[in-house]
Amino acid sequence: MTTFAPDSILVFLETTLGGEPAKSTAELLGAAAGIGTPVAVIAAEAEHLEALAAHAAQAGAHSVLSAQVDSVVLTAPLADVLQQAYELVQPQAVLLAHSLTSREVAARFAVRHKLALSVDALGVQRDEQGVIASHSIYGGAFATTSAPTFGAPVITVRVGSIEERAQAQELALRALDVAAGDSAEITVQDVSSVQADSARPELRTATKVVSGGRGLGSAEQFELVYQLADALEAGVGASRAAVDAGFIEHAAQVGQTGVAVSPQLYVALGISGAIQHKAGMQTAKTIVAINKDSDAPIFEIADFGIVGDVFKIVPRVISALEARKAQ
Amino acid sequence: MKIAVLIKEVPDTGADRTLNQHTGLADRAASEAVLDEIGERTLEVALKILDSQPETHITVLSMGPETIQATLRKALAMGAAGAIHVSDEQLLGADLMLTAQVLAAALRRDQYDLILTGNMSTDGSAGMLPVMLAELLSLPAATSLSQITITDGVLQGTRELEGATAQVSTPLPAIASITEALPDARFPNFKGIMAAKKKPIEVLSLADLDVEALPADTARSIMLTVNQRPAREAGTIMTDDGQAATALVEFLAKNNLV
Ligand SMILES: Cc1cc2nc3c(=O)[nH]c(=O)nc-3n(C[C@H](O)[C@H](O)[C@H](O)COP(=O)(O)OP(=O)(O)OC[C@H]3O[C@@H](n4cnc5c(N)ncnc54)[C@H](O)[C@@H]3O)c2cc1C
Ligand SMILES: Nc1ncnc2c1ncn2[C@@H]1O[C@H](COP(=O)(O)O)[C@@H](O)[C@H]1O
Repeated sequence: MTTFAPDSILVFLETTLGGEPAKSTAELLGAAAGIGTPVAVIAAEAEHLEALAAHAAQAGAHSVLSAQVDSVVLTAPLADVLQQAYELVQPQAVLLAHSLTSREVAARFAVRHKLALSVDALGVQRDEQGVIASHSIYGGAFATTSAPTFGAPVITVRVGSIEERAQAQELALRALDVAAGDSAEITVQDVSSVQADSARPELRTATKVVSGGRGLGSAEQFELVYQLADALEAGVGASRAAVDAGFIEHAAQVGQTGVAVSPQLYVALGISGAIQHKAGMQTAKTIVAINKDSDAPIFEIADFGIVGDVFKIVPRVISALEARKAQ
Repeated sequence: MKIAVLIKEVPDTGADRTLNQHTGLADRAASEAVLDEIGERTLEVALKILDSQPETHITVLSMGPETIQATLRKALAMGAAGAIHVSDEQLLGADLMLTAQVLAAALRRDQYDLILTGNMSTDGSAGMLPVMLAELLSLPAATSLSQITITDGVLQGTRELEGATAQVSTPLPAIASITEALPDARFPNFKGIMAAKKKPIEVLSLADLDVEALPADTARSIMLTVNQRPAREAGTIMTDDGQAATALVEFLAKNNLV
């Protein structure tokens, strides 16, 4: 019988629909290693478990608990697995990604165990009394910390917010046998993946992001955003106006009701800088804006701004970048 | 069919929102409180069902301060039949778990076929309440729907996953949460506004719901510290004179960004 370290931090690792480890794996284990001994939980289709466990150990899990599930879409069965792992490990905190799937697993699990939920954390620390989560509220205007009144906190961590990485470990795997729970669940008939171009960095975890707004004018002209992104090796984002106009899919929306990003570089093209857009990007290290309206609010927070036409300036920026690379 | 629509009042995202540095609570004097935009869209989903199935009965439910009553009245004017407002001093600063317990208790008082919520609120960004209710009420939850139809007691929808969409279904009773892809709400008409004056808004306290704010067996999440981040300042802004592109690339190079 394996015993678990008293300072164990249980980390629920999400699996993509294709059976790959989610992008958040390394940062969650990195965050856990900073406050205790990371123990990973994996729930996936049987054929993927072995590779996922090896990856988790490589990313810093001291031990890995794995269980087979029929689908990674429904969250009640995933919560069943986490619940069993929790009872076995008795950890000091439970970490998950603040992604659609993982936050539902967190919520279901916290309700079942009456544990305190800390959501959308940007980091975790420890004080004499236990584990504390830090947050950024109202689009980065406030920094707060939270803790539970008692018990292990269940913390969801914003994807792309943790830079620390854990040391690789030898694989210590243990299979859990989780019986199907009795939660009411929906039926999933059909899953179709939205074609993501894998060549480009993923928006949430990209170190550079180029976003386009209504100023790009049309889906065809939005191509310019992709071109600059590729020249900079950046991920692609958009304003809600650009999403509503159908220039790009909703998953690319940056802001209050979209994705919150904190990259090293954020380039806003033809985006006015409405407060709800800023809520998703104003914690970027460096902000560049190109807009033809000198009064656009985006310039109030830009480190480098150009007042002018994106269709004239961006092609020149791309050539200058290419010229630089060729040197 | 009986539908409950859950709406929430939040600080206006269109203005600077403020937290009180001592209490960690939203500073209600500093920022205007409005109905969370997703709540209007959620109500519209229910109203569309009412349009096609006139025997539908819509109840709007909100936990929050006094000011939400104006919004509940507006929802009644748009076509909701009744409203429930949970209001209690002990709910100031309530965390997600307490909110879920309170809303679940209010929902247990009636038999709803469908409970509709937004996918995420703009002040908490949790995106958790719908499944918390699912656990507490033992109901299936179809979350993050960009399309939703109800026929013969079965809900069908398109669920937006990360990098994929799924066609999902569940028999009623069920919980559904919707995304901002669904349309914005209609405006109330004159007839609706007049009718709303006679419709009830039931106000409930924690005692009415038999919910304890601090039961011994349930951990709460509390805010330890609050700090305002310094505002960002503008840097170099130049008007394009033909040289701006080169200047930008130099700026990026100087900052090790290319
Ligand atoms: C509850 C709520 C939530 C919201 N959530 C979000 C969110 O998550 N994300 C988000 O982005 N928005 C969000 N919004 C919407 C937000 O308020 C703005 O409407 C939106 O961000 C505007 O997008 P935009 O800047 O692309 O468009 P606009 O405000 O129309 O700005 C377009 C800009 O392009 C410039 N332009 C035009 N042509 C050119 C050219 N040729 N060259 C250079 N510049 C040009 C114009 O000068 C203008 O400044 C939300 C709103 C609400 C109420
Ligand atoms: N205090 C509240 N009163 C009524 N409904 C709420 C409340 N808080 C959250 N909700 C509902 O739950 C959804 C998701 O909220 P959240 O989990 O806080 O992001 C919201 O869109 C509302 O429909």
